[in-house]
Amino acid sequence: MRRLPKSYPFAFLIAALAILPLSVLFVLAGDSAEFFDTHNLRVLGNTLALVTLTIVGATLLGVPLAILTTYVHLPWRKLWLILLAAPLAMPSYIGAFTLYFALGPGGEIESLLGIPTPSIEGLWGSALVMSLYTYPFVMMTTRASLLSLDGSLINAARTLGMSLPASLLHVVLPRVLRSIAAGALLAALYALSDFGTPAILRLDTFTRVIFVEYNAFGLSQAAMLSIQLLVIVGLVLFVESTIKGNTERPGRPLCLWPARWQKVLMLGATLPIIILAIVLPLAIFVVWLIREGVGNFDISYAWNSAYASLLAALAAVILAVPVAHAAISGKAGRLMERVTYFGFGVPGIVMGTALVYVGLQLPVLYQTLGLLVIAYVLRFLPLAVGSVRTTAERLDPSLVKAARVLGASPREAFRRITLPLTYRGMVAGAALVFLEAMRELPATLMLGPTGFETLATYMWRVYEAGYFGMAAIPGLLLVLLSGLGLAIMLTGEGRSGYAMKEE
Amino acid sequence: MLTVTDLSVKYGNTPVVNNINLALGDDEILMLVGPTGCGKTTILQALAGLVPISSGSIELGHWQATADKNVPPEKRNVGMVFQDFALFPHLTVQQNVCFRLKNTAMADYWIELLRLDNFRDAKPDRLSGGQKQRVALARTLAHEPDFVLLDEPLSNLDAAFKDSLRWEIRQALKAAGVPAIWVTHDQDEALSVGDRVGVLNKGVIAQLDTPEKCFSEPTSRFVARFLGDASFMPGQRKQNIVSTRIGQAPGNTTDTRAEHVDLLLRPDDIALTVNGEHCNGSVDWVRFEGGTRLCAVTLDPIENESPIQLKIRVSHENAVQPNERVQLQIDTTHPLATFART
Repeated sequence: MRRLPKSYPFAFLIAALAILPLSVLFVLAGDSAEFFDTHNLRVLGNTLALVTLTIVGATLLGVPLAILTTYVHLPWRKLWLILLAAPLAMPSYIGAFTLYFALGPGGEIESLLGIPTPSIEGLWGSALVMSLYTYPFVMMTTRASLLSLDGSLINAARTLGMSLPASLLHVVLPRVLRSIAAGALLAALYALSDFGTPAILRLDTFTRVIFVEYNAFGLSQAAMLSIQLLVIVGLVLFVESTIKGNTERPGRPLCLWPARWQKVLMLGATLPIIILAIVLPLAIFVVWLIREGVGNFDISYAWNSAYASLLAALAAVILAVPVAHAAISGKAGRLMERVTYFGFGVPGIVMGTALVYVGLQLPVLYQTLGLLVIAYVLRFLPLAVGSVRTTAERLDPSLVKAARVLGASPREAFRRITLPLTYRGMVAGAALVFLEAMRELPATLMLGPTGFETLATYMWRVYEAGYFGMAAIPGLLLVLLSGLGLAIMLTGEGRSGYAMKEE
Repeated sequence: MLTVTDLSVKYGNTPVVNNINLALGDDEILMLVGPTGCGKTTILQALAGLVPISSGSIELGHWQATADKNVPPEKRNVGMVFQDFALFPHLTVQQNVCFRLKNTAMADYWIELLRLDNFRDAKPDRLSGGQKQRVALARTLAHEPDFVLLDEPLSNLDAAFKDSLRWEIRQALKAAGVPAIWVTHDQDEALSVGDRVGVLNKGVIAQLDTPEKCFSEPTSRFVARFLGDASFMPGQRKQNIVSTRIGQAPGNTTDTRAEHVDLLLRPDDIALTVNGEHCNGSVDWVRFEGGTRLCAVTLDPIENESPIQLKIRVSHENAVQPNERVQLQIDTTHPLATFART
């Protein structure tokens, strides 16, 4: 009989833990009276419309930007990459929050500059904000694929007489479609589970309605809505699982040298994105800071945020390693990995509901930092698993064999070959988890121990109280801290493709 | 006729290629050879329009590209054969070769000529390296390019295929009747395939001539060393004869007329006798090559002269051993290249 891979038992345990919230929800939903009504139908329509528009928007922004930052020889290339990836670090509710108060009649832009702007609200506003903050998912997955694509194929097509846009369309696009789809599905999952944006922009999606029900003590109705939402998430995850990884032999990436005016034009086209997603929110915060000052903000909120997020990042990476290795080892392992992906689709508000219930059953965990960290890990584990698996998949199996032939035990080969070579994936995974945990709002609101105020919860409280001018400091800090994590993640992406090597 | 005038390429502020001048005949094959980092691949990419040039011009028939006026690759009617083949992995052999063709007659012609008939419907990942390279060549030639660029086409292949395939590529290029520039770092390949050889050093063409001339009359020590085993023997020139302490030979006067010169000795220009009467050196090492052996011999030191090591090729029947005493004697009648002593 074939021996089971060593990682399987661990992965199985972690996968079992990942579906814990689901079973809790089923118990809770058992008390619900309403299964589905017309109100639900409207919520479903809103949610699906938002997800579809987000996928379209994120892809339309992400793919061209991936090509621009990967293939075009730009001045200060790294800087542009950081700027364009930065929205990934920004919590989308910050964008929604600031854009909501900046635009529209009576908004900050009109009152400061006297320029009337259309207000953003409802479906189109939410889709715009969501696209602005999720396109980096598409950009990053597409970039990774473009970087590993052999550039000489495009050169071959061009020397055979095909124009550059046609080559990109016919030679490059079919081979990065999977990565684009993977990124788009990440964006879709994000849109499904995001709470802040639709809540602020007043679009009745599942997350917003669940929050309303929860506040009205309709815990079991909230659980029923959560399960409906999770069905959609399950569908998206199913589609995602049918996307296979890229198996092409990597080569040196393409390098394009457009004329100066073309570069100026291309970079100019990215400016509206950067302005809307980053510059405007920062500017609004600065305006508020000048106008309102520091308020009653305490620096310990920042430490609380970073501390809990760091714990979650470490735990997630440690748990991600066996799951990622199980996923590579076989079909059963791949299934376990899929199961852990569930958490990413479980909205923070749903996770919060489920874990509050768990906390009520297990007094040891009730109102502890541990429960909050567990919530973070369960939600963001897939991010760590994804990046660890990607680097582990790229690992040439003959390297481990070479180590074994040289006399290393499996354990030593793992420690000295696999681990150092997948280290980058782990750093990237940890950074992603850290970023997400930093900006996680609803689960933190519900699970944080009494008096454990974080940047996100403080922002929410000043928002609820209507003193949004006092959101300046936590807002700026959230952006800043997340930017730090982004820098770590980008250095983890590697320096390949930048230096133009000869021969 | 492909004409390259004063071509320079810079990456940022780093000059990679400097003032290259080339003119290629109608079906001429030019080999560009040089060590790693000499800029030979950059020249190809510049000719194909894949990197911008910083000065000079490239001209072929109806188009001319300069630093200010770039002609995109697809407008140059260039054919390029890549080191890693660059076959489209999602297309079959047939689809690869017919990539942009409306009329597939040429594709059929090249598929048959390059013996790819049995693989028409195979995807590239099922082919061997040699087959892939023949597909890449068929694809390039079927599109009837005005000139062909080959970027180390054989470097990813097994040594066993290289000899036959390099000749097959030459025959195909000649059959197509197009000028070609073939980049390689393999001096055997450079000497045996091309009509002319351009030796590159640090982005500059050190010598551009027929393979015979480049080999026997190199214009610099760099070229002499790069195209084969080269030893340098100090001697004195009187009229056209250079005398050394291991004999004399006619010296070429095209490079230098100095009196004190170094004579370029190839391994075949020297005779070696084991345990002769007038032994003048001892063997350092012997390398068995099959039909021959290559030996390195250090001459017995004399005053005011740094140690001299010479390489000699002997028949495999001559079972010379390391540390044996041997007698060396220049054994040639054709003029040898000379370089002024520095």
